[in-house]
Amino acid sequence: MSSPHNRTSAQVPGPPGAFGRGHGGGGPAVPIVRAKNRSATIRRIWAYLNRQRGGLIVVYIFTVLNAVLSLVAPFLLGKGIDVAVIPREYNLLVRFSLLLLGIYGLSSLVAWVQAYVMTAVSQNTVLELRRDLFAKYQELSVQFFDTHARGELMSRATNDIENVSNTLNQSVTQLLNSLITLSGSLVIMLTLNVPLTVVALLTIPLVLVSSRKIAGLSRVYFKDQQRHLGELNGFIEETISGQKVVKQYVREGIETERFRGISHKLNKVGIKAQIVSGLVGPVMNLINNLGFAIIAGTGGWMAYHGLATVGIIVSFLNYSKQFGRPISELANQYNLIQSAIAGAERVFEVLDLPSEYESAEEKETECPSLTGKVDFRDVSFSYKADSPILNGVTFQAMPGEKVAIVGPTGSGKTTIVNLLTRFYEGTDGSITIDGFDIRKLNKRGLRSQIGMVLQDAHVFSGTIRENIRFGRLEATDKEVEKAARLANAADFIARLPHGYDTMLETEGSNLSHGQRQLLTIARAILADPAILILDEATSSVDTRTEMQIQQAMKTLMQGRTSFVIAHRLSTIQDADRILVIQSGRIVEQGPHEQLLKLHGVYHELYVSQFERAV
Amino acid sequence: MLKLKSFIKPYWLWCVLAPLLMVVEVFMDLLQPTLMASIVDKGIMKNDLTHIVSTGLTMLGVAFIGLIGGVGCTIFSSIASQSFGNDLRIRLFEQVQSFSNRNLDKLKTGSLITRLTNDVVQLQTFVQIILRSLVRSPLLLIGSLVMAIRISPSLTLILLVSVPLLFVLLYVLIRFSFPLFSKMQIKLDGVNTVLQENLSGIRVIKAFVRGEHEQKRFNEANKDYTETAIKVTRLMSLNLPLMMLVLNVSIVAVLWFGGLANWNHGLPIGDLIAFINYVTQLLMSMLMLSNMLTFISRAKVSGDRVGEVLATTNEIANSHDSLTNAVHVGQVEFNKVSFAYDSNDENLVLEDISFTAKPGETVAILGGTGAGKSTLVSLMSRIYEVSSGSITIDGSDIRRIDLEHLRKNIGFVMQQTILFSGTIRDNIRYGRPDATDEEVKQAAIAAEADGFIMGLPEGYDTILGQRGINLSGGQKQRLSIARALLIQPTILIMDDSTSALDAVTESRIRGRLSQQMGSSTNILITQRVSSVVDADRILILENGVIAAQGTHEELLRTSEVYQEIRQSQLKKEEAS
Repeated sequence: MSSPHNRTSAQVPGPPGAFGRGHGGGGPAVPIVRAKNRSATIRRIWAYLNRQRGGLIVVYIFTVLNAVLSLVAPFLLGKGIDVAVIPREYNLLVRFSLLLLGIYGLSSLVAWVQAYVMTAVSQNTVLELRRDLFAKYQELSVQFFDTHARGELMSRATNDIENVSNTLNQSVTQLLNSLITLSGSLVIMLTLNVPLTVVALLTIPLVLVSSRKIAGLSRVYFKDQQRHLGELNGFIEETISGQKVVKQYVREGIETERFRGISHKLNKVGIKAQIVSGLVGPVMNLINNLGFAIIAGTGGWMAYHGLATVGIIVSFLNYSKQFGRPISELANQYNLIQSAIAGAERVFEVLDLPSEYESAEEKETECPSLTGKVDFRDVSFSYKADSPILNGVTFQAMPGEKVAIVGPTGSGKTTIVNLLTRFYEGTDGSITIDGFDIRKLNKRGLRSQIGMVLQDAHVFSGTIRENIRFGRLEATDKEVEKAARLANAADFIARLPHGYDTMLETEGSNLSHGQRQLLTIARAILADPAILILDEATSSVDTRTEMQIQQAMKTLMQGRTSFVIAHRLSTIQDADRILVIQSGRIVEQGPHEQLLKLHGVYHELYVSQFERAV
Repeated sequence: MLKLKSFIKPYWLWCVLAPLLMVVEVFMDLLQPTLMASIVDKGIMKNDLTHIVSTGLTMLGVAFIGLIGGVGCTIFSSIASQSFGNDLRIRLFEQVQSFSNRNLDKLKTGSLITRLTNDVVQLQTFVQIILRSLVRSPLLLIGSLVMAIRISPSLTLILLVSVPLLFVLLYVLIRFSFPLFSKMQIKLDGVNTVLQENLSGIRVIKAFVRGEHEQKRFNEANKDYTETAIKVTRLMSLNLPLMMLVLNVSIVAVLWFGGLANWNHGLPIGDLIAFINYVTQLLMSMLMLSNMLTFISRAKVSGDRVGEVLATTNEIANSHDSLTNAVHVGQVEFNKVSFAYDSNDENLVLEDISFTAKPGETVAILGGTGAGKSTLVSLMSRIYEVSSGSITIDGSDIRRIDLEHLRKNIGFVMQQTILFSGTIRDNIRYGRPDATDEEVKQAAIAAEADGFIMGLPEGYDTILGQRGINLSGGQKQRLSIARALLIQPTILIMDDSTSALDAVTESRIRGRLSQQMGSSTNILITQRVSSVVDADRILILENGVIAAQGTHEELLRTSEVYQEIRQSQLKKEEAS
């Protein structure tokens, strides 16, 4: 399944605002998390369900029908004993038997149709929920993804939705059924015998009070258990992911002891939680039996005094059982429904976040075809007011120029490109391309004229051809192959068993990193953007592979304004302009030779990389 | 599954008590219809009010004893199942701790995590259910049958038709739905894959404005999955109506034949009612049983997965006469070492590697991605075991050296930086929990980490990890270097562990190291030619074989590969 992504060392601190981390751990047992706004969430799930109106109406009708049939049958059974068996009426016995057979047959048919239709209703509802969530993920800003753990976002789309799905399928019809059975039983019981009904109702307060008590208590313990389970899962994940280090430092014994401690704590709480929640069954059973005994006793007494017939008491007992069942079912499902509502709430939380395409403060205009003159004027950016990531950055890039950005890790290099693509927003100062303020340009239009090649060389599962065509969906096979040739990728592709139709595995694990990078370059060539961003595109590959990639990148950069972020200064010496960034400021800028003469930061970086090698 | 039995053994008493108490509860449940019949036949029919009252009271008492049985069963089954899970979990964790990397590679980290969490919980629930319900249903089934036979053997014949019919139904449904279930799982994987890819590649998708394209891909997978899910659920939803049908038809048959029996053989009405009640109970327990079966099959999958972990044994273990005092100065020798990840794999990752690293020397290893550099150093601390040839330290074959002794003498800074949640201090102290604060600080200074640590508001007590702060790649690398230095290793291995540092910081660290680690044996893997110039020996690794070795000057003269690598990092005019 999903989430080995919560690797502890890579956590990004939460952003201001939006939503919190939700429940930790993501334990496998049904997480008992209380929804914050239950009724609003239920209404929204209902609205989703209502989109399947046709099916839902059929389900309503059949559920009512089913409930009515299941109420009528025991009534007839009791009646049959009273009017056919006891008075020895053969003809009536035949008629009752046939009638019952018909009703039971119909009841099964109705139950099946109801389940058949409900399956589609609930699955399609979940399909829509999942689709909407995915669509929303596509609309959230990159900034959002940079500040939220991937495993957590993944879990909303999988675990949480799965929770909703399970409950919809089981609980919705069951709830409706229970409600009808409950009220129907009550009505029939009343028509059968009013005093006995009053006696039967005596157990209701008992049911309500005890189920409430148990549910409340078990919620406390389950919460506790969930917390410990989260801690345990976190520990397992961390230790097993870091197993090499554990071994290297001979920590197996210590870690096992620590684990034992956490596990024992969980065990203690777990036993309590299980016992308390397990009480529901026997207690409800007791109350049901209690009701049964009271009704039997009272009924017997009434029959003795001629206040009721035997047949009535028999059917009454059946109804009192039916009456008790939905209540204990509801009590049993309480936890399930709770966690489904909590899951739905976490999904809605995401759906309520603003789309980056709609939240523009100013009216956006369609993006014209750009030549690539980029102008940063006094640009500042910060997540928090007191710690700016970028501070008064000003520079210019002419069409076709190669601009390099160098500086230590964390100095703000990547933030510059994040602002240019409007991945991050909320800047002071202005960024213009060809004189247009990028904040006023349509985001999609802007980005389609900017190409990117990133360090992690992301590929998708699918064929090589599809991965290159990702750059321009309408490109012909010929164009795809031409792009691959220009990117120096054609050779290795030709050597693969199925050439361009070779399927890539998840994360492209059947290619080397260098090969994947060549594919992403081909993709960028095919997209033919006016502006190009190369963010540490070669820093994960060795220098010889880098040489091949360099050539491809040269081809790619021709005639485009390009921004190159690089660790190795060797790759950027021929840049038209080098920006040296330190702590969010441009401390030096100019071409290589000029910067060297300054004997400043760039010179120091350069010397430390090269002097010993010379 | 067999292996797991031993984990339940310590709790055998609870495991016996829980079902016994369940028997009490079920028995009490079974008594109710009989008592009811007694009220009707002896009380109502014969106008015996005292019998009605006393039987009513008996019913109450019976219900109460049933409660005691039910609660007791819950308590004992909870203790047994939770403790079983706890023991299993701890044993699994111990087992994983003993694994070699080859084991870990084979079982996959992500999968191991789910096995220790999800699968254990699954099994725990399974034990709980077995102790509670699985005993209940068959017991109820058999008990109802016995009671039914007692009332009327001839009416019970009806059940001879309906019960086998129910079993056949159940079998057919399971038979058809199981393949669909696994198909559904595959389709779900498909949905998750698209999702996963989109979350990790969101930057690329946005940069190329391919949101709509991806949505189309997702919607296809989503629809595909939903269609299969609908098919399976629909098939499974046949279960209930069909079973109810069989149940209800049986009841009508009982009414029919029971009515006739009442006329012809004087079967009391109360008995007839009780019989109907027992038939209902019997068939209800069949329904419960069918629900249970899906649970069992799920538990079986978990059991197999957990069993696989328990059955995996580590091939890298101490021999009984392992040397605990073999490493002194740290002279490392590789003698014709070859290595393949899979022992019967012909694809050698390393082939015929021989070299020596003497105390006080620095041996640098240079080579392309995938050349086998990291594997080579992993062999030294027996994270992987050599396939052929041998590695000796101070003359002893490392396979004969006690693992703890060996590893405590090797400081290994790995390529992938892994820190743990906890304070910075705890992280540096990881390999030597008893180190003093001063020693921790010294190690941090040597790794050029003290500066940034002191800059943090909480200094060395800054908490890292999930709830803590986030360090940059370079900062993490420096912490992991400090961690390795603190154990004062005889042999120091640095596997590309300064890649995220800028050149200035890197050269400062190198300076510190040459002061502090002067007498130890240093093995250095790097991409940067500038870092290897001073090495006493440079190995160039290509496709798992040593392509060249020598000093910088020697290689400059003799090795074309070395020149190529170097030139790729330098501007031509400066290299000449």
